[in-house]
Amino acid sequence: MAESYDVIVLGSGPGGYVAAIRASQLGLRTAIVERENLGGICLNWGCIPTKALLRSAEVFHQMKHAKAYGLSADNVSADIAAVVARSRGVAKQLNQGVTHLMKKNKIAVHMGEGKLTAPGKLAVTADGRTSELEARHIIIATGARARELPKAKSDGRRIWTYRHAMVPQELPEKLLVIGSGAIGIEFASFYNDMGSKVTVVEMLDRIVPVEDAEVSAFLEKALKKQGLEIHTATNVTIDEVGRDAVRVTLKAKDGKEARDSFSHVIVAVGIVPNVENIGLEELKIEPDQRFHIKVDELGRTNVPGVWAIGDCVAGPWLAHKASHEGVAAAEAIAKELGKDTHPHALDRRNIPGCTYCHPQIASVGLTEAAAKEAGHDVKAGVFPFIGNGKAIALGEAEGFIKTVFDAKTGELLGAHMIGAEVTELIQGFVVGKTLETTEAELIASVFPHPTLSEMMHESTLAAFGRAIHV
Amino acid sequence: MPIAIRMPALSPTMKEGRLAKWLVKVGDSVSSGDIMAEIETDKATMEFEAVDEGTIASLDVAEGTDGVEVGTVIAILVGDDEETDSAAAAPKASPPAPAASPAASEPKAAPGPAPAPIPASAGKGARLIASPLARRLAAEKGVDLGAIAGSGPNGRIVRADVDTARSAPRAETRAAAAPAEAPKPQAAAPAAPAQKLTDAIPDFGIPFADARLSSMRKVIARRLTESKSQVPHIYLTVDVRLDALLKLRGELNEALAARQVKLSVNDLLIKALGLALIAVPRCNVAFGGDVLRSYSRADISVAVSIPAGLITPIITDAATKPVSQISAEMGTLAARAREGKLMPSEYQGGTASLSNMGMMGIRQFEAVINPPQGMIMAIGAGEKRPWVMADGTLGVASAMSATGSFDHRAIDGADGAQLMAAFRDLIEKPLGLLV
Repeated sequence: MAESYDVIVLGSGPGGYVAAIRASQLGLRTAIVERENLGGICLNWGCIPTKALLRSAEVFHQMKHAKAYGLSADNVSADIAAVVARSRGVAKQLNQGVTHLMKKNKIAVHMGEGKLTAPGKLAVTADGRTSELEARHIIIATGARARELPKAKSDGRRIWTYRHAMVPQELPEKLLVIGSGAIGIEFASFYNDMGSKVTVVEMLDRIVPVEDAEVSAFLEKALKKQGLEIHTATNVTIDEVGRDAVRVTLKAKDGKEARDSFSHVIVAVGIVPNVENIGLEELKIEPDQRFHIKVDELGRTNVPGVWAIGDCVAGPWLAHKASHEGVAAAEAIAKELGKDTHPHALDRRNIPGCTYCHPQIASVGLTEAAAKEAGHDVKAGVFPFIGNGKAIALGEAEGFIKTVFDAKTGELLGAHMIGAEVTELIQGFVVGKTLETTEAELIASVFPHPTLSEMMHESTLAAFGRAIHV
Repeated sequence: MPIAIRMPALSPTMKEGRLAKWLVKVGDSVSSGDIMAEIETDKATMEFEAVDEGTIASLDVAEGTDGVEVGTVIAILVGDDEETDSAAAAPKASPPAPAASPAASEPKAAPGPAPAPIPASAGKGARLIASPLARRLAAEKGVDLGAIAGSGPNGRIVRADVDTARSAPRAETRAAAAPAEAPKPQAAAPAAPAQKLTDAIPDFGIPFADARLSSMRKVIARRLTESKSQVPHIYLTVDVRLDALLKLRGELNEALAARQVKLSVNDLLIKALGLALIAVPRCNVAFGGDVLRSYSRADISVAVSIPAGLITPIITDAATKPVSQISAEMGTLAARAREGKLMPSEYQGGTASLSNMGMMGIRQFEAVINPPQGMIMAIGAGEKRPWVMADGTLGVASAMSATGSFDHRAIDGADGAQLMAAFRDLIEKPLGLLV
């Protein structure tokens, strides 16, 4: 006889496990199905282990520049195996943390491949044995994986995806990174800091193309100064994957062609959703135009009782977005099951994005160009790190904070930052945006001195012609 | 320097008001004392006079806007030597004001923190929860936040709610602003396709028309709810024989006809209640939580029905005023009330109330106390009734029923009964009303 639940979550990434915990908090009998590691890609193979790697790179970078702080460090070297081992240790610790959270919240964990067989029915296969589970609602949270180049599939030797790039056996001598989104740029930055010779190729006309154009320009300049080679508006063709090298042709939009060869290639050209072999076709669950699962604002698919969240639905494909969708779906399900909850759909205008390159990037809301395109009469302000005392004391005077306001209503439309620790600063603007702040509240807020956050205040003042320290 | 004209507080309790009508337009010159606008407060429509001299550069709140909070900028005035256009549209181009703060030099684009609406907008404990952006948009577009249901967490009003409210056609009747022209405000809405303005009332599929509440109706609703939910009412009813009072009134009116005085029964009842309160001072009180206030003067709030609702102009010191004076005062107060022209001091206060529904044929009713007052007298219709006479035989008498509602926290039943008896005795032996 099949085990029966109120909710089964398929996939235990930051969308799935958070949805399961929220469902359990609301008094629903909940199970989660995972084929590999609790915590999913994010904390086993994504966000968290890469942050561990980047931290090593950052410490290494600081040690090499110890002199600038009046310190000396001789014979500084990196042991890539030890750096990777630390990263895996961090991932393992968090994986155990999620195991504990499942237990604490009395969520049944079923390890194995899950597949919907009918609405409310899920088959879980592990070690060749299949068991049946039943639930009134099923949340699909299967996530996504790296998009591959059609003619040069990743092999883990010369052609890598993020997954290989995270556990290198050796430091690439000469690395080509294809794609300059968050993942590509983070690895480019990491391997550059570790000592590889790194080239980045981007098809569009600027790197980190989802960010504000000023941020892209600033980052390109900063990375070039660090020794990276960057080609924008350029296509790559992989001509030959040899035993020790990959030969490629770089073809710029203006027609210029160049041939080059690299010891390793990281492919970071986006993601594809994990929607195969989970029963979507059989249940006639509809995809959207980009082959992600089509859902409404609370995560309902076209089939009653089947929900989907996170990277397997429309973007942005970010862990924190998946978690919020998971909460919204769990609350919507609880409401359908008669619980007193008030699900709120995620406001997509207020989802921040962070890129942990060096210097860091963080943003929320509309870029200046997007705001103008949307018909806003815009007031934008920029405040540079060089005007901030704390930044100078840290030896991190590189970067800026830009804010975009609607000139008529004073609404904060977007914030765009590049520089040290900006990924920790952006939440201030996220809270403000979620509370629908105008410039008046930001200007009236007292930012502590001496902190980097003072630049958030100054940037707002700058948008209205009132900055103090520039 | 442009001068920001702000929503005035026209009475001590005024938190917001309705900009009923602009009497000036952009480009008009005004000088001190000119009437700029008509502003409707909780209870009355008042004229708003200019204090400064200058030219109107912009009117920032549209005519008919509800819920304009005190302190909100409603217009910009510039000195006559300044260019009106530059002050309103491009203030930075105006050379005489280089030192102006950004907030002052960009009155429209960037109001700055100062004029941000005061959050504590509603009455006791009822804070209006709305996002800063929603507040600003509502102020700019003339949307009454008090009339919107919020869709954010815990009912918070967010931008989307203001946008929705703006796009909905305004079904509001302008009854309160122009009471004389709109005698039946609720019926004024035509049977056009119903615009649903609330989710508070379930839709049963019955044809309907929604109308937004006027400021006065909102105050009535709030005050009556407070009274009925917080004040324990006790009701005491007496039957009162009117023959002597009616006879006296007839004689008085005959004698006073030359002076063009015509006393109504109500004028005499106001006097009677005033005297009764002085005779039974334990009923001329206000309940103040841990304090009981006893008044040594009886000011009677008299309920007057007006097209937009109800208002209670006050006859001060009713016990010592001659009935003729009460009658004259009541005449002008009622007329001004119907025009919506009462001053706050004319309807705020009072130590007890009198509500008379006799002319509408109501035999007897219980009225709701108007806190912090301690009592209200409800008067029913005077009528011929079978009556047991003093000698024990059955006869016919003119009589009415009067019911006092008392705040039982402040007034004991026995004291209330004494007041009812004093009131009845004054009416049945009415010469006491004249001295």
